[in-house]
Amino acid sequence: MTHTAQPSRPLRVLAAMSGGVDSAVAAARAAEAGHDVTGVHLALSANPQSFRTGARGCCTIEDSRDARRAADVIGIPFYVWDLADRFREDVVEDFIAEYEAGRTPNPCLRCNEKIKFAALLDKALALGFDAVCTGHYATVVLNEDGTRELHRASDMAKDQSYVLGVLDEKQLAHAMFPLGDTLTTKDEIRAEAERRGLAVAKKPDSHDICFIADGDTQGFLANRLGKAEGDIVDESGAKLGTHEGAYGFTIGQRKGLRIGTPAADGKPRYVLDISPVNNTVTVGPAASLDVSALTAIKPRWCGTAPTGPGTYTAQLRAHGGETEVTAELVDGSLEVTFAEPVRGVAPGQAIVLYDGTRVVGSATIASTVRATPTSV
Amino acid sequence: MAYLDHAATTPMLPEAAEALTAQLSVTGNASSLHASGRRARRTVEEARETLAEALGARPSEVVFTSGGTEADNLAIKGLYWSRRDADPAGTRTRVLASPVEHHAVLDAVHWLGEHEGATVEYLPVDSHGRVHPDALREAIARNPDDVALATVMWANNEIGTVMPIRELADAAREFDVPLHADAVQAFGQVPVDFAASGLAAMTVSGHKIGGPYGIGALLLGRDQTPVPVLHGGGQERHVRSGTLDVPAVASFAVAGRLAAEQREWFAREIGALRDALVEAVRTAVPDAILGGDPAPGGRLPANAHFTFPGCEGDSLLLLLDAQGIECSTGSACTAGVAQPSHVLLATGTDPDLARGTLRFSLGHTSTEADVEAVAKAIGPAVERARAAGLT
Repeated sequence: MTHTAQPSRPLRVLAAMSGGVDSAVAAARAAEAGHDVTGVHLALSANPQSFRTGARGCCTIEDSRDARRAADVIGIPFYVWDLADRFREDVVEDFIAEYEAGRTPNPCLRCNEKIKFAALLDKALALGFDAVCTGHYATVVLNEDGTRELHRASDMAKDQSYVLGVLDEKQLAHAMFPLGDTLTTKDEIRAEAERRGLAVAKKPDSHDICFIADGDTQGFLANRLGKAEGDIVDESGAKLGTHEGAYGFTIGQRKGLRIGTPAADGKPRYVLDISPVNNTVTVGPAASLDVSALTAIKPRWCGTAPTGPGTYTAQLRAHGGETEVTAELVDGSLEVTFAEPVRGVAPGQAIVLYDGTRVVGSATIASTVRATPTSV
Repeated sequence: MAYLDHAATTPMLPEAAEALTAQLSVTGNASSLHASGRRARRTVEEARETLAEALGARPSEVVFTSGGTEADNLAIKGLYWSRRDADPAGTRTRVLASPVEHHAVLDAVHWLGEHEGATVEYLPVDSHGRVHPDALREAIARNPDDVALATVMWANNEIGTVMPIRELADAAREFDVPLHADAVQAFGQVPVDFAASGLAAMTVSGHKIGGPYGIGALLLGRDQTPVPVLHGGGQERHVRSGTLDVPAVASFAVAGRLAAEQREWFAREIGALRDALVEAVRTAVPDAILGGDPAPGGRLPANAHFTFPGCEGDSLLLLLDAQGIECSTGSACTAGVAQPSHVLLATGTDPDLARGTLRFSLGHTSTEADVEAVAKAIGPAVERARAAGLT
């Protein structure tokens, strides 16, 4: 028997407010539920500015203003906290290093693990807050024995439990997601914001990586890592073309390969492998993308770690579908076997395991096993 | 609630509010020639005389502006342009400024350096943030002919240090260099006499002394002819065009008169409250560092500035705010991201230490209950903020 975590006593809640509509409505709902809410906007991007401050300002002054305006309407105190140093070290530099190593990181997971539910949560707890509230769509369930579980949002279409899969039970105990419990569409959230007088009601959604404002990830990486010309080869090792940096590719990528000669069978080719050691990108047919198993490292469990092999559903990317797997913890790594081959699994991404709607845990994909033998 | 941020703005005096509201329904452009205009002009000129008397100036030396920021900009940019352009060689472009100025001065000076060919030189300050007259004298003497102007605030808005304005003005006058002082925080707290000071220009503001927002004045010596920043109808000696805000002007004058009349009472009574607050904070947090000049005569009577080692000022602000105590860290930027105060950095404070500051500024509505609230809250707040640490 479980019931939704709905604390009976008012909590001191720190609401992380990005300046968007979701986190504003989340903060408003927390305040309306009777909690003592304080809003905080995280200044995450260091941006050398004028002489005036001699240092940084948030690159998103507009977002900060929007968040402040929302807090004023909700009627809660509001502060801006500068976590730019921590963000740069733990998220941005990690993001760059992962791409440099030929992997495809998810900075949002990293930010939730290291910033929102670590640096921010630690500071909040030290200052006497009970919980951090965000606008994520996910559900926290409180069991009768006092333990907590993270579940998918009521509305599967908007579920964001994947990017929260890195949270352990201790972090979960201080997390509040007021948007996850209700079956509300995005339009309804906007209507609610409108009804509450929040000016962010009409603000467009942001899908981009927040520290790459123009959305040009390749440009960002090229700027940081520089050009490094290398070969694009097929599965037999034959050179098909050149690239300007292996970091610019993701497993499963089809567009932007710029290979002059078409494949012998005339079918499209995809990135199969990225080797930073010899700076080579391997391409091949879609069938070669099929993966039957993978190994994932640095597992984090939401609750106690499972013993022995288990059957789960797995999600492999932020907006990906579910797939049946068996998984087992072997020497601290997660060995995962897919019931049916899956396509386009990129090392660096997180695999999140579910038992029904419940998040069991997550790990970072380190290597994959091809479902079909390569034609070497 | 304990409002201890009077240096940001102080509650309006009832007499000033009355003067303001009484004028709001009266029609009249002070530049018009008809009866309504004459009535408005009479109100303005009486206000000018009142304010001049409160500040030891002649009525013609009072130039009304939209506030302290505009007055600072007019003095600094206007005097720079006129002095540079009056120099046949065109090399009179050096601007001397204290590094602890308010941003209204600091950013104006910086802008001149970036866009108008000024060479900006920051004067040395001691550990209390004070500019010594010899430092100004020495800086000018290096090449008196190329100095366009100097600017040193009368009293610092963050740490409350009072500058030796008379001696600084004397040093500047030895070389015929105009000295401007931002006296926004000083007015009403320490004796401010424009004529006796020897300043060429001086800034005051309405809402810091219990008057309305959006009104201020530049006290401008009669021989000073700054190039206008605002061009238009030629009001205010042709240096500050724009239809005068008659209600605000009238209200400002009432507040100014009361600020001068009540200054001794203010320094004595509010000063005693401030001393009690300092004592209470030191008792609760023995390692708190009092900023600015500890000598009573060397600082504003209503200012108490502290550094709490190992704390983030923002954390303290949040914790005190949650208990209804309103104060300030002393510095902020547009995005709201706290920066170590440029004032503290100029006094040689370690940047990490400079992040843990709080400014309590008292005012005419302050009470013993306000001090008691701080005495009760500050110890636990500092303990908690220290646990949260520096991020």
